[in-house]
Amino acid sequence: MSDPATLRARAEGLAEALPPLLADAEHLAQAVILGEHGRRRAGLGDEFWQYRPAHAGDEARMIDWRRSARSDAHFVREKEWQAAQSVLIWVDDSASMGFSGDKTHPTKAERARVLALAVAVLLTRGGERVGLSGTGLPPRRGPLQLLRMAEVLSGAQGTADYGAPDARGMAPHSRAVFLSDFLGDLAPVEKALTEAADRDIKGALVQVLDPAEEAFPYDGRTIFESMGGSLRHETLKAGDLRGRYLARLAERKARLADLARATGWHYSTHHTGEGAQGALLWLYRALERVR
Amino acid sequence: MWTVGAIGFTAPALLWALVALPALWLLLRAVPPAPIRRRFPGVALLLGLTDDETQTDKTPWWLLLLRMLAVAALIVGFAGPVLNPEDRQPGTGPLLVFIDGTWADARDWPRRIDRVEALLEEAGRDGRPVAVVMATDLPEAGLPFQAAEAWASRLAGLKPQPWLPDPQALGDWARGLDGGFDTFWMSGGLDYEGRDDVLAAFSAAGTVRVFESPRPVLALRPAAFEDGAIRLTALRARAGEASEVTLAATGRDPAGIERVLARVPATFEPGETSLETDLVLPPELRNRISRFSVEGVRSAGAVTLTDDSLKRREVALIAGRDNREGLQLLSPLFYLQKALEPTADLLDGTLSDIILASPDVIVLADVATLSAAEAAELQDWVEKGGLLVRFAGPRLAASDVSRDAEDPLMPVRLRAGGRTVGGAMSWGEPKELRPFAETSPFFGLDLPPDVRVNAQVMAQPDPQLAERSIAALTDGTPLVTRKKLGEGQVVLFHVTANAEWSTLPLSGLFVQMLERLAVSTRPARPEAAELQGTTWVAETVLDAFGEVGDAGTLPGVPGEKLADARPAPDLPPGLYAGEDRRLALNVIGPDTRIAATAWPARIPVEGLAVARETLLKGWLLTAALALLAADILASLWLSGRLRGQRSGAAAVLVLALMLPIDAHAQDTDDALALKATSEVVLAHVVTGDARIDDVARAGLVGLSEKLFQRTSIEPAAPIAVNLETDELSFFPFLYWPVTASQPQPSPEAYARLNRYLRTGGMILFDTRDADVARFGGGSPEGRRLQQLARPLDVPPLEPVPADHVLTRTFYLLQDFPGRHASRDIWVEAAPPDAERAEGMPFRDLNDGVTPVVIGGNDWAAAWAVDAQGAAMFPVGRGYAGERQREIAYRFGINLIMHVLTGNYKSDQVHVPALLDRLGQ
Repeated sequence: MSDPATLRARAEGLAEALPPLLADAEHLAQAVILGEHGRRRAGLGDEFWQYRPAHAGDEARMIDWRRSARSDAHFVREKEWQAAQSVLIWVDDSASMGFSGDKTHPTKAERARVLALAVAVLLTRGGERVGLSGTGLPPRRGPLQLLRMAEVLSGAQGTADYGAPDARGMAPHSRAVFLSDFLGDLAPVEKALTEAADRDIKGALVQVLDPAEEAFPYDGRTIFESMGGSLRHETLKAGDLRGRYLARLAERKARLADLARATGWHYSTHHTGEGAQGALLWLYRALERVR
Repeated sequence: MWTVGAIGFTAPALLWALVALPALWLLLRAVPPAPIRRRFPGVALLLGLTDDETQTDKTPWWLLLLRMLAVAALIVGFAGPVLNPEDRQPGTGPLLVFIDGTWADARDWPRRIDRVEALLEEAGRDGRPVAVVMATDLPEAGLPFQAAEAWASRLAGLKPQPWLPDPQALGDWARGLDGGFDTFWMSGGLDYEGRDDVLAAFSAAGTVRVFESPRPVLALRPAAFEDGAIRLTALRARAGEASEVTLAATGRDPAGIERVLARVPATFEPGETSLETDLVLPPELRNRISRFSVEGVRSAGAVTLTDDSLKRREVALIAGRDNREGLQLLSPLFYLQKALEPTADLLDGTLSDIILASPDVIVLADVATLSAAEAAELQDWVEKGGLLVRFAGPRLAASDVSRDAEDPLMPVRLRAGGRTVGGAMSWGEPKELRPFAETSPFFGLDLPPDVRVNAQVMAQPDPQLAERSIAALTDGTPLVTRKKLGEGQVVLFHVTANAEWSTLPLSGLFVQMLERLAVSTRPARPEAAELQGTTWVAETVLDAFGEVGDAGTLPGVPGEKLADARPAPDLPPGLYAGEDRRLALNVIGPDTRIAATAWPARIPVEGLAVARETLLKGWLLTAALALLAADILASLWLSGRLRGQRSGAAAVLVLALMLPIDAHAQDTDDALALKATSEVVLAHVVTGDARIDDVARAGLVGLSEKLFQRTSIEPAAPIAVNLETDELSFFPFLYWPVTASQPQPSPEAYARLNRYLRTGGMILFDTRDADVARFGGGSPEGRRLQQLARPLDVPPLEPVPADHVLTRTFYLLQDFPGRHASRDIWVEAAPPDAERAEGMPFRDLNDGVTPVVIGGNDWAAAWAVDAQGAAMFPVGRGYAGERQREIAYRFGINLIMHVLTGNYKSDQVHVPALLDRLGQ
């Protein structure tokens, strides 16, 4: 048993971080009003879908007698198919996500977490199962899962410089969301996406970037270091590098988009300088589209 | 001290540090600016990129140059550079400090004394004996050499004198000098007679140094009166650049306080040494002027006192009978006017008006009888010093004035009828004039041979007749008699003022006689012959600084000396009073010329030299600091630290430091002025209560609409006026709803309001309380109105009379209701003498517009319409209420008509009469 004082401190620490993150996510998700979004086809579910004339093979108990009594034919009452889908979300927790170019912006990690949790809130409301990949948190449904996700997401930042997605534990035919800056090596991403495509997993890539990374507003003699300090580049005239840096960034984005198209995923870039609303809407619709 | 060209260095050894500059260059060049460390996730994309140029790791050359210059400026600055250094060798032997001490020195006298003090100190250190001598105050003989300290204590007692040195005495003194001494000549910059002799004597005795102030010597000649304007002539000793001077006329204002009465700016043209300017002033003001001066110049030469010659006497001419048209030459006043016009200001009018204007002279031409009141007033005026000149004529001859007893306003008793000589019905020849007696004021005037007298009034042979007679005919009968009356006098010419009775008015003698009687003004300055034998006493004296002081008990001055017009120790410049006039003696006479000193080239002149010793250290250090500041900014910019928001802030800071603050608030009144003046606009006063202000605005909108519909007045949208900030004069009409909580306007706002009321504006005060209180009946608004209106220039008021023009400017009204229907409306009271003329329906009331209308009927509420044009507030009940609203609108229309057309409707009363006269 741990010391009560330690336990309490930990509990308080947890309670400190949890509500704000979840509250942010709830707040963000609130803006999206869910319409009735069933499968638009008959199946198992609670909601009425349509009456259809009974044909051979229908069991007698399936006949809706109340409807049938009003006419000469027999009718079967069909319900809308409401199958729960499972969605696995990967949030990059590498050090590079902790970057913020301006005090007025949140870090990329913060924005990615809020987006992840918000989309989880929305999906949970829609009855889907949500989980986090690579953390041993398999997709489950219900508010408790949200709390668990919030706890995991509020956890410590990773130490690696750049993160790589983890495609393990993804159920076939499920959905996935990758939230990262994708500034590191692209090979793991490519591998994960290929694997996902093999298992018929569709999903969305959201590249979260800081405005500073898009604009490269630096000049003069500068030593650039990665967030973890493993990479280092010195230049005497940072301003001269801007054009080439931006070209490389565009190239990377194009490659990600190609990759997504090839595997049937969706790809979008989100900047922390903008509001999270647009990204959430895009993300939600991207997940809906593939259904 | 080590000098290079015109620059010397006090610490030249420091300049060796400049040698280190090239080393510094290499050092600075080798060290590139320090890098910034940045955490940046995108570094993964940067890996492998190389810099295009490799040169930028060295500091750019211009930054290096900037730093080099800063360091060089520091080094040179601390080396103590001096522009135009002065090398002084300590002198030996006795030193003479010779000060001109004229009025020209007075302008910067303290500076001169400071300079002399420094000189004495220096001489004291060198142990030289010193003599300080002023040219205007020479010692008895020789040079009073003493220790420098002894002179230093006496310096404060030295004062410049308002005259130039006496050349005779100066020459004698210079010739008496012997021995060797150096001279320091404190020159006033003004050339004077005898200066060359002194310079020769000083040059023979030793070296001469001269101090001369570069400030120009300015002088002002006495003012002359020409063609109705005062001609002022200013002089300067040295012709040079164009320069501006302001000439000021000083005198006592009506309250007896001395102040500047007029200013006239004038410009010396380049290369000219004199300027002339004219000053035109009304006679009342001109007669008050006691002196002219060049403003800002403390020197007696720049001040000129005025005397009687500038004063123009005011003469009132009154004739006994009306002029008949076409007989101008027979007018009793024609010759008087001709004689006096050039030299006096003539007044015209009735006797009672003229006495109020208090002229110097009143001329009565053939006026026989005066009313008792007029006579009393006239006598009073004469006894206070007035001069009454009467001319005889048929009326006087026919009247009983001064027949049995002497009239106080006549010098002698007259015999009935007068006499005629040399006419068709009389014996004898026309009489000539007898030469004037010595006691006569006319003594010395030449008698023209053609002056003949045909008729005259005869004086009764009384005991005083002989002494009162100041001019007589050849047969001894008096022609002009005079008597004193109180402080004034009464003079009677026993002939007419026109040529009917004598040829005297046709002759030059007439003018001279008037001059002698001080009826007209005399020529500028009396001749020397006139001054012969007279004695003059100084009233005020002028010191060298141009200050006018009391003369105290200076002894009298003989006239011959005054005629000389050259100020001297026993004849200080000032105002001298003689028997019947005052003479000003000025430093600068009408013909005085001033010239600048011309020193031989061998004599060094201080003060005038363009090159003056200037320490450059401060400038260089400032430049170094500025360069370093620029270097900081440049380095920051170069290393990329001066980007984004911070660069904006830095730029603002730099600009704020560099630019002089020039943030004068621009007047934003123009928009309001344009809006208010391009169309007729009704306005209301902002009370601070938003609801009241809205209602007032809506009320004026409603009234404007009604005006637009029914009349030719087409007002624009009403304007809210803030009394504290807005100009009022654009608005013909102000609606002022009075609230109990309204703040009192500031004094400036009241000044603006009063100006508005005086210049024809109208304010409608509305206390909006007629439903609960009678006018002034003690409602809070009523009390507030009393407080608000107390500082206003409001004329006496009365309730609107039934025939007030407000009742008929557009509609015929007798009631002025608003939302309330009280009859208490107050307007400016009619003049008390307004009478209703026979057959006229109205009284002929006051002109103009009543400046205020005061009531409490809450008119704005009755007029107010909302955005849809519907009435905002109910008025009364039913049809009667709507009728009341209609009458309220009619009142508003009448009011605005009254504001815009004035008493036009009042004048309509006269239309029948006008039509009748036009023959319609």
